[in-house]
Amino acid sequence: MNIVCAGISHRNAAVDVREKFAVCTHELEETLARIRGIDCLAGAVIISTCNRVEYYTASVCPLRVMDGLREFLQERTGVEDAPLYTHDSPSSVRHLFRVVSGLDSMVLGETEILGQIKQAYAAASECGATTRHLNKLFQHAFRVAKQVRSETQITRGSTSVGAVAVDLAGKIFGELSGRQVMILGAGDTSERTARSLVSRGVKSVVVANRTFERAAKLAEEIGGLAVPFDRWQDALDRVDILICSTSAPSPIVTREKLAPLLAERDGRPLFVIDLAVPRDVEPSINDLENVYLYDIDSLEQIVRQSLEVRRAEVIRCEQMIEHHVGDYVSWMRTHMAHYT
Amino acid sequence: MQGHLLTGATFCLLVSFGYTMFALGAGRFRPGAVNLVAMLGGFLLLTIDLKLRGHAQGSCPINSLFDVLVFMSWSTLLIYLIVGPAYRLSLLGAFTSPLVFLMLLAAQSGIAGAPAAGRFAREPWVALHAALTLIAYGAFALAAVAGMMYWVQDRQLKRRTAGALLYSLPPITDLGVANARLLWLGFSLLTAGFAAGFLSGTHTNSVKFLASAAVWAGYGGILALRRIRRLPPRRTAVASIVIFVLALGVLPTIQFLSALK
Repeated sequence: MNIVCAGISHRNAAVDVREKFAVCTHELEETLARIRGIDCLAGAVIISTCNRVEYYTASVCPLRVMDGLREFLQERTGVEDAPLYTHDSPSSVRHLFRVVSGLDSMVLGETEILGQIKQAYAAASECGATTRHLNKLFQHAFRVAKQVRSETQITRGSTSVGAVAVDLAGKIFGELSGRQVMILGAGDTSERTARSLVSRGVKSVVVANRTFERAAKLAEEIGGLAVPFDRWQDALDRVDILICSTSAPSPIVTREKLAPLLAERDGRPLFVIDLAVPRDVEPSINDLENVYLYDIDSLEQIVRQSLEVRRAEVIRCEQMIEHHVGDYVSWMRTHMAHYT
Repeated sequence: MQGHLLTGATFCLLVSFGYTMFALGAGRFRPGAVNLVAMLGGFLLLTIDLKLRGHAQGSCPINSLFDVLVFMSWSTLLIYLIVGPAYRLSLLGAFTSPLVFLMLLAAQSGIAGAPAAGRFAREPWVALHAALTLIAYGAFALAAVAGMMYWVQDRQLKRRTAGALLYSLPPITDLGVANARLLWLGFSLLTAGFAAGFLSGTHTNSVKFLASAAVWAGYGGILALRRIRRLPPRRTAVASIVIFVLALGVLPTIQFLSALK
């Protein structure tokens, strides 16, 4: 028995090609039924996400199944000379273990892929399209993903400015429910960051913008409150997270303005996120007690650090995966007799 | 038998400490079952040791500097095992184990003298005074550990470095709260211990009294300043470390003067 994998991903196909290969949920059952008609193919699982479409099949004749899959995909998508890659065991096993661990993802170490593969496997299983070898393979893959995530730092840190800001807020305040955010200057990035914080439980958002109508519109959209731009300081005593992204040519939040306001805060920390260029916040406010200032460069630096840490972990992940590939392949050899 | 118990407890703490160092080195700073089991094991061995020692001495086993260090190690572990899970500060254990390990090592290295021998008849109020005071020291030790964690986390957040500790340490707000609550707990126990000392009616050496009063005033001062919002959490954290180190420094003097009496 052999595991055959055929597919395309963000590595070798642009989105206009990937979208033709995509298998929607309502097409899944029919597609599985059709590929099971390929000669020598015992079972199949189809993984279809925005970054990849892959078919994992169990077969005793890998070459015939590869040819069959190529023909099927060409017929289904109408794409000739598609940049299709194919693997058979152990390379296909290794490929799945790398994919499920996030090593082949567009953002190295992302964890969403594990959930997507679990869903794909469950769907194939519901359709009765899986076999013993595929069941074992996917259960093993989920264990590999779990081990890689828990024993290495491949998922450490965040890989976007918004996610870093949310992580840091968590490291300062713990639970974000009950916290209040102020947006100073309703730009796209600040809006996205505020939305991320709201999705993590932030209680309320205060929006101050030079154009009050824009502030009111954004406040309405995210369930916040708009205040006049020149009154932002009055609302600061209740604010825990201040996000600045105005287009002002010089700092709006200065040490001189902020220091007296801190006395009213009962020692509560203030997390200041300055997304503006030129900066809205005087860098020296980071020296004030209980104030943590992050500008766009420092956030991006943390993103880079996280990616560097993740990249440095790839070798360890590969070693773990190699060990599991060996385990699976030897299991497959000992259970070959049942299928030949 | 007791020597083995202490060695076993020290070994348990060494395992916990070593595991922390290993995890740090591997970039995986997540306290796991190893830390908790090792500390629990150390605590149980110390409890048995203290029970046997107390039985042999006919009083609470705090009759020499050696005894005091062992008792403080036990009380620090006791407070951790109560407070750590309650405040979801399991990482506190990773920082507590080195401290307790060093205290046990100091006790066993000979620099703290030998365990008290013979039987010691003590008034109940005096025994209560000594026990409460040393349990208070355990709480202050934990407060210093929480303070150290706060200081590290604050430093990382201020420097904007995303080191392994940033992601592993608890939120700085929780650390500040834990630090303050442990200080209150220690201060309450210390005050109760002093009250028991006064109720015993025993005359005390003036140097010992002044040293003890200075420790009490130091912690009281921190809490008063924090109460009136004159001491931000970071300074409270640093002060809790500094005063604990000083208090630990005067402990041998207090013990020596107590022994003279």
